Amino acid sequence: MIGRLKDLLVALAVLLLGRRRPGGDPEAERIVPPGSPDRRAEAWVLALFGLATAGSIAFLVVYALDPLAHRTQLLGVALGVALAALGAACLVIATRLVVTEELEEPYPAEHVGDQDAVAQLVAESGDRITRRRLLTLGGAAAGGTLGLALLAPALAVGPVFDTDELAKTPWRRGRALVDEAGRRIAADAIEEEAFYTAFPEGADRETVGAPLVVVRLSPDALHLPPERRGWAPEGIVAYSKICTHAGCAIALYRKPTFPAVEPRPAFVCPCHYSTFDPATGGTVLFGPAGRALPQLPLLVDRSGNLRAAGNFSGPVGPSWWGVRSRKARGA
Amino acid sequence: MRALLATLLALALPALAAAEPPRVGIVTPNAPPGTPLRELGYQLYAGNCAECHGTAGAGVAPSQSANGTGDIHAAGPPLRGVGARAADFYLRTGYMPLARADVQPRRSRVLFTPREVDALVAYVGSLGHGPPVPRPHPERGDVAAGLSLFTDHCAGCHQVAARGGYLPGAVAPPLDEATPTQVAEAVRIGPYLMPLFSTRAISDRQLDSIVAYVEYAKRPQDPGGLAIGRIGPVPEGLIAWFVGGAALVGCCVMIGKKAR
Repeated sequence: MIGRLKDLLVALAVLLLGRRRPGGDPEAERIVPPGSPDRRAEAWVLALFGLATAGSIAFLVVYALDPLAHRTQLLGVALGVALAALGAACLVIATRLVVTEELEEPYPAEHVGDQDAVAQLVAESGDRITRRRLLTLGGAAAGGTLGLALLAPALAVGPVFDTDELAKTPWRRGRALVDEAGRRIAADAIEEEAFYTAFPEGADRETVGAPLVVVRLSPDALHLPPERRGWAPEGIVAYSKICTHAGCAIALYRKPTFPAVEPRPAFVCPCHYSTFDPATGGTVLFGPAGRALPQLPLLVDRSGNLRAAGNFSGPVGPSWWGVRSRKARGA
Repeated sequence: MRALLATLLALALPALAAAEPPRVGIVTPNAPPGTPLRELGYQLYAGNCAECHGTAGAGVAPSQSANGTGDIHAAGPPLRGVGARAADFYLRTGYMPLARADVQPRRSRVLFTPREVDALVAYVGSLGHGPPVPRPHPERGDVAAGLSLFTDHCAGCHQVAARGGYLPGAVAPPLDEATPTQVAEAVRIGPYLMPLFSTRAISDRQLDSIVAYVEYAKRPQDPGGLAIGRIGPVPEGLIAWFVGGAALVGCCVMIGKKAR
């Protein structure tokens, strides 16, 4: 292990300090006029590559630090510095290191030997660069870290290996439902044809399992699965407010004024119009959602307030690999 | 000069005729002038509403057999206790009368005269003890609070710009023609598939703010310049790509020309 590390350090030192022999055939006649090495420009390029690398690393660090103030602005500054430094390095290479010369000649009809000439042209154009490998290394570092910085936000899509957290909700038997202002909700206050949002009392509202949609249906319109008997006291049903398709908040409730000829009551997600039936346990009526809206069993306590009678019928939030094999759990 | 006037008159006459087409589709009772309002309303109700809403607002359940003239499958909810509020809303928006019971009522031309509407509202309001027509006070409301409340309760369907939207099975209408009274009525009634909001969900004070915001949204300020339809990032992005992008390409071409 240590021997290998030593080899690595030596290799790195050689890479940093060693100079490459001029490439190409020394015998061949030059096409590009030889330019004098420009050590200062090379130092500039290295410095700019270093700055680009530092900016990219700063992006990664800021991205990893969640509670930072002005995080978005800092991310923008870091990415901006990295991109600007990379661009400036390219500018310096183009103007100060690559030999530039404008030649005009008629385009030849035959192309014999032209490819060799082009290859020679490319090889000779870089002749002024003395620390070629170091510059390549600097460029690779800048490009590589920038690539990592751009890939890092993909991690925010969700946990890759541990999906256990996704099944946790703050609901358990006895936890009271509260409204937006934190007041407990009396069962009597839930009116038919209206639509309410509720949260768990004394728990974080920002978690995916917290918000609920609550409506009252007439008890004879309810057709819940038999194992959910008693989940809807007085016809009041509660479901997770988070759509099982892409995780938007279900903000739409349609209720018929004249049920005989109008569409049945339904929750509708405004993002892609997934439509769920509150009367049959949140089954999907329409739209891209692949599974029913999780239902929360309710009970009415002695003072007439609504409380949870358990946890959801299934995992809340947008679907992921294997979601159907999970059950909602207490946090 | 005379010929010109004659031509103008000839052009204007069809336009005048088009402005007030005949009121086809409603039954107007032959009531003598001076008929009491509720009595006129009763006669209008019998001719235009009773087929679907039943005698004295009893309602008609949908059935297989046609129960009207011209094989109409009429059906409608009972109107006992809906009050003057619902009648005022449905009649003054042109939602009623409805050609078929199973289609969404849409804003359309009001075929009744204002006095006829007053008469029908008085009659339907006298069926049971329903709520009166609300009197919102948008001038007492706060537009900023109204925006916040509108976002919470209404924007899901009507969009935050109050330009309306779609949901499965229905259209949420744009609110640019809704009067303050109609907005206040719709919130409490929940017409068609719209949920209703009681005073516990939205207080009258909050309703004033919502109405104030809807009034503002009819003619919003556009601090950024062009409104571009006021429907958000899609048209704005289109402008950015086509106008801004073209300008950038133009700049590139100019820079390239100079270097030559």
